[in-house]
Amino acid sequence: MSIFVNSDTKLVVQGITGKEGQFHTRQCILYGTNVVAGVTPGKGGNDMDGVPIFNSVKQAVKKTGANCSMIFVPPPFAADAIMESADAGVELIVAITEGIPVLDMARVKHVLNQSGSRLIGPNCPGIITPGEAKVGIMPGPIHKPGGPIGVVSRSGTLTYEVVYQLTREGLGQTTCIGIGGDPINGTNFIDCLSAFEKDPDTKGVVMVGEIGGNAEENAADYIKANLSKPVVGFVAGITAPPGRRMGHAGAIISGSSGTAGAKIEKLRSCGVTVCENLGDIGKVCAEVFGE
Amino acid sequence: MKIHEFQAKALFKQYEVPVPNGGVAKDAGEAVRTAESLAKFPVVVKAQIHAGGRGKGGGVKVSKTLDEVKENAAAIIGMNLVTHQTGPEGKTVKQVLVEEGLEIKKELYLSLIIDRDTANIMVIASEAGGMEIEEVAASTPEKIIKVQINPLLGIQPYHSRQAAFGLNLPAAAIKPFTRMLNQLYRLFVDYDCSLVEINPLVLTADDAVIALDAKMDFDDNALFRHKEIVEEYRDIDEEDPLEVEASKYNLNYINMDGNVGNMVNGAGLAMAVMDTIKLAGAEPANFLDVGGGATAEMVENGFRIILSDEKVKGILINIFGGILRCDILAQGVVAAAKNMDIKVPVVVRMEGTNVEEGRKILEDSGMKLFTAVDMKDAGKQVARIVC
Repeated sequence: MSIFVNSDTKLVVQGITGKEGQFHTRQCILYGTNVVAGVTPGKGGNDMDGVPIFNSVKQAVKKTGANCSMIFVPPPFAADAIMESADAGVELIVAITEGIPVLDMARVKHVLNQSGSRLIGPNCPGIITPGEAKVGIMPGPIHKPGGPIGVVSRSGTLTYEVVYQLTREGLGQTTCIGIGGDPINGTNFIDCLSAFEKDPDTKGVVMVGEIGGNAEENAADYIKANLSKPVVGFVAGITAPPGRRMGHAGAIISGSSGTAGAKIEKLRSCGVTVCENLGDIGKVCAEVFGE
Repeated sequence: MKIHEFQAKALFKQYEVPVPNGGVAKDAGEAVRTAESLAKFPVVVKAQIHAGGRGKGGGVKVSKTLDEVKENAAAIIGMNLVTHQTGPEGKTVKQVLVEEGLEIKKELYLSLIIDRDTANIMVIASEAGGMEIEEVAASTPEKIIKVQINPLLGIQPYHSRQAAFGLNLPAAAIKPFTRMLNQLYRLFVDYDCSLVEINPLVLTADDAVIALDAKMDFDDNALFRHKEIVEEYRDIDEEDPLEVEASKYNLNYINMDGNVGNMVNGAGLAMAVMDTIKLAGAEPANFLDVGGGATAEMVENGFRIILSDEKVKGILINIFGGILRCDILAQGVVAAAKNMDIKVPVVVRMEGTNVEEGRKILEDSGMKLFTAVDMKDAGKQVARIVC
């Protein structure tokens, strides 16, 4: 079992003919993901390595039955691409694009609230159910199929580091999700925690947060009230100066809120085992989940 | 992107948001001429830097005569202004805003932000103006009014009324206030702001509402559609020179106080590496995220910027290959090393896509590098070098 993506996932790639889109579509196919379509307006009727290209998501869904989209469209056009997917009834939309204006995302969020689609990202590495489907840009080989650990994170490469250490400790993953580093995103920590709680194969969860906002604090309250499975947490940015945007648009300490220290304290008070040194996270997980 | 108070007030004026009469001056003579044109006293001389707390730091002075204007402007321009937001090193003041003084009945607070939790544009207003809003929120949260506006709907009259009546404004001030809030909302949306803040917004003796201060931040992600704002209002002197250099190459770089230079791909991992350096007993000299999709050239530029930072005594490169492949990283490091004299030890830790190719490029380069087996080891090695 897994959450959100599996071997039934039929993927359409928006922006399939761009440099990144091409490269990562090929990587996903190599991993075994069922890529059924691509969309690049104006290039409909062509194909990319045998994957048919359509002018619109609606056409792609109609012809191929795609139920998941992955977006590589550049920032000025990415909000439109997300809404197009939602309008076409795509169940799961994974937006990789970094740098979408926050106000665009605020509008998109309200549109999505009224649709049946789930958005992961933007500004994220995507989602992978090891051995079944990779919808994203993460390196496939570092993952270990079969579970029992679920991973959810606001960061990309930081997640790879965590997964790499889990795999090295012999701990496989059910599903790993990057929810993205932007201030406004689709799926949040709580959505993933709730799905992992319901997934019988997931026995424990690693939650990777960072400075900015209060998503970790909200998740901590949720964990305390709803999770029966053990959670290991990590929060990046103990050394981050206040008022500075640390690469991710959402990673900023405003005044005294959103600090790593406060998040760590809150997570601990809600029963999460927090690992402060990233180099130790594999070992800490082995101890917590090995019990 | 931040801008100066006088620039924000210029935008306010364009949107018919009332601000005090005044003008910006780069020297005492210009300040006096501006004060003369105001033709009334008192006149306020305000330092223009990208930081709050200017009054407490001695950067805001009230003048009752032209001589005082001259004296105050001369004292403020060129001064090193230290506030709680500038850091202990302070900032050199290069210009002042010279404005008419107002007869103030009451000081209020008003701001617009994007609320991360609800994805709404949120108006925050308070009768407790002139104070840090965070302090108000902590000590008297009941004095804070929050109005949520769905960006698909836009601001409606009832939103403005909620704020106006919440502020207990006198009847005569209600209409001007709601009109002003409407205009501020338009300004916020038109320019993709991340913050518009007026603290204090003042109610004058004749019941006018006027923006005594003005602060605006723009969403960096949206600057591509506001090129005129960047061209006209960006003040490079307010930024760190190494950060300006890094921004030319689209690198996320922040200069810090420690002596361990570091280069990482991905913002979260970059923060975690800084934390690892600290936990190993040293201090990071910077934050540098070369990005997931970095090219060899970007890596080369990033490495060059760290090398040009004189306080750096050791460097840690940690790359987890995803989009950025390890061989690309290695090529960039080798290219930078060829063009520069590397005087400090460099610890490299690589993992992920094409890691074998990357390691081979570094080995064949003849560079003197310390190789780390994992993150913890990398932190320990670099801390040993600088401590």
